[in-house]
Amino acid sequence: MTVRETLSSAFVIGRRDFNATVFSKTFLMFLLGPLLPLLFGFVFGGIGARAEKNETPPTVAVISSPADFALLDKARTRFLPLEEGRPLVTLKSVAPEPDVPAQRDRLLGAEEEKLLGVLDGGLTAPHFTGAVNADGRTVKQIGLFVDEAQRLANGAPDSRGPPVKISLTDQSGGSLASAREITARAGQFLIFFLTVFLAGMLLSQLIEEKSNKVIEVLAAAVPVDSIFIGKLFAMLAMSLVGIAVWLTAGAIGAALFLDQGLGSLPPPAVGWPVFIALGFIYFTTNYLLIGAVFLGIGSQASTVREVQTLSMPVTMAQVLLFGFAVLGVGQPSSAEAIGAAIFPLSSAYAMIARAAEEPLIWTHISALAWQILWVMLILRISASLFRRSVLKSGPAFRWPWQRKAAL
Amino acid sequence: MSANYAATATDMIKTFGDTMAVAGVSLAVPTGSIYGILGPNGAGKTTTIRMLLGIIDPDKGSRALLGRERPLEAAHEVGYLPEERGLYPAMACEEAIAFMGALRGLPIKEGRARAIALLHGRGLGDWIGKPIRTLSKGMAQTVQLLGTIVHEPKLIVLDEPFSGLDAINQAKLEELIRAEAAAGATVIFSTHVIAHAERLCERVAIIAAGKVAFDGAVDEARGRLRPIVHLRTRAEDGPWRAALPSDARRSGREWKFELPEGGPEPLLRALLDGGAGIETLSIERPGLHDAFVAIAGEAAARKMDEPVEVAA
Repeated sequence: MTVRETLSSAFVIGRRDFNATVFSKTFLMFLLGPLLPLLFGFVFGGIGARAEKNETPPTVAVISSPADFALLDKARTRFLPLEEGRPLVTLKSVAPEPDVPAQRDRLLGAEEEKLLGVLDGGLTAPHFTGAVNADGRTVKQIGLFVDEAQRLANGAPDSRGPPVKISLTDQSGGSLASAREITARAGQFLIFFLTVFLAGMLLSQLIEEKSNKVIEVLAAAVPVDSIFIGKLFAMLAMSLVGIAVWLTAGAIGAALFLDQGLGSLPPPAVGWPVFIALGFIYFTTNYLLIGAVFLGIGSQASTVREVQTLSMPVTMAQVLLFGFAVLGVGQPSSAEAIGAAIFPLSSAYAMIARAAEEPLIWTHISALAWQILWVMLILRISASLFRRSVLKSGPAFRWPWQRKAAL
Repeated sequence: MSANYAATATDMIKTFGDTMAVAGVSLAVPTGSIYGILGPNGAGKTTTIRMLLGIIDPDKGSRALLGRERPLEAAHEVGYLPEERGLYPAMACEEAIAFMGALRGLPIKEGRARAIALLHGRGLGDWIGKPIRTLSKGMAQTVQLLGTIVHEPKLIVLDEPFSGLDAINQAKLEELIRAEAAAGATVIFSTHVIAHAERLCERVAIIAAGKVAFDGAVDEARGRLRPIVHLRTRAEDGPWRAALPSDARRSGREWKFELPEGGPEPLLRALLDGGAGIETLSIERPGLHDAFVAIAGEAAARKMDEPVEVAA
């Protein structure tokens, strides 16, 4: 059996499943179901909009003489008309201590202050230290404030003092890195939420064929691998149809009720377009990984009752995987984060968080290759277990609980 | 070998738990023949067929289907009607037939067109568009049978195809099997009803207790038995009795025995010369049933006559 034949057989199986699901009356209920809570959300809330208003604007501490700070604050005030929705960086005056570098480090490490960065050196040797992109909004604004303050100090329209020296750190109390955790968690949660709701269906995928005996017709005509691949991708396709419908409805809702949707979330390290694309890709691989496991587990069940009993423990297992991946958020280089990225079943969760926190792209390419490899492995193992324990092919195989007690 | 035989099996063994379902089956199905696998329930017919088709692998031994060691590689040229029939209940008849064709590599559009033609050709045009669940069991079985042949397979494997069909549909099925064979296909079917095998098959394998007790032409199976003589005489006793074999069974003045080696002439002469007074005499060619009894044994034969639960 060549790969092409296996895949074309899988397509035949998948097409049947997809049509049987999508062109059924119950599919409409499936599509409408998730929209109800969304609708309630909009009716009772504008929750997102309100949360945004409560948010404190990003703050930069300025270690300088009161005179320099007054000039900087004046400069900032001149730019205030440009604010429009997204607040300008707020400046906070801090009196210099004898050991300025130590003071700077202390300020950056202070969690409760939520400082984005520290500006020291006054107007003569301005130095910004913080954890933001060099081309980020904060740095540009600080540059403008300093330019304007220097111009005000010299009283000459064209005079410019030394430019702001910029030192980027990995972390600070209110740094973007820690703000990105929100984006990371949001991405993880969305994938988790969708997978929990959608992958559970794969548990019962083979029950139909087993109970109406079609499995014999299928197994005689195509490899069991094809049956598994076809079923998995049919359910993925069905899920994507659902998600497309919900996203469209969600986007219309957001356009109607919210000023800014994604604007209220800190931008991810890889940028929004790549992050959203990766979100889709990681949902897909996560669905395939977890779905393949579910398909394998479900194929061993012989009755609908068994599948129903299994659905709770497997959901809990998913929560556990999600929890494992959540551990690593905020510390992309920690053992937890790397472990969760390597362990195949939590890899997609860990990697979407990483996309929010780190700008590297190659890690995603290798993670995707790794995840796809595991999808194939899990499918093969599931199919071979199915052949052996359900179709009773090859040397005798039984699950431990199917073995007769030795007593 | 592959050109002459559509399917072969060599010493296939299959064990389920503690039971040996198939204990060393060897078969050779000549290309273009109608081949019966005959045996009582539980003899290992279905397991043999499932191994031949590659649904399951034998524990030991090998098989080849249309010359391929891996049966699934020949899947596009094979049609299979399992003993336990099964279709998706929500599918319309023509869709179910087209789907079964698609599983065997037939493009779905072509399958649909052929399905409609097949249904019309059997006067079943009004089934088009009807979901399987609205059909009776026998009707659904007909749909599945059409799905089995829609891709015009070279080899058709039917597991207990006659069970669950009424006499009219059994006759139609026999007709279909003959037509497929006439068109060049090889047909393998299993049955526990000897009459079907006797009417249809050129060759049979008699399976009993997981083993092939006989594999060959039906005539050859019959040929293993001598013709049976039924004799009724007026005389109770006489010298003519010497011409009858010692194991002849007698009830009153009726005798039943195998025709002796010498043939009918010496027997007749002895009866006439000895004054037996022949009232009736018949020499019957043994049926496949007798051959089956002789080959598989009385126990297996009794099992064949047991009532059978009809497969779903």
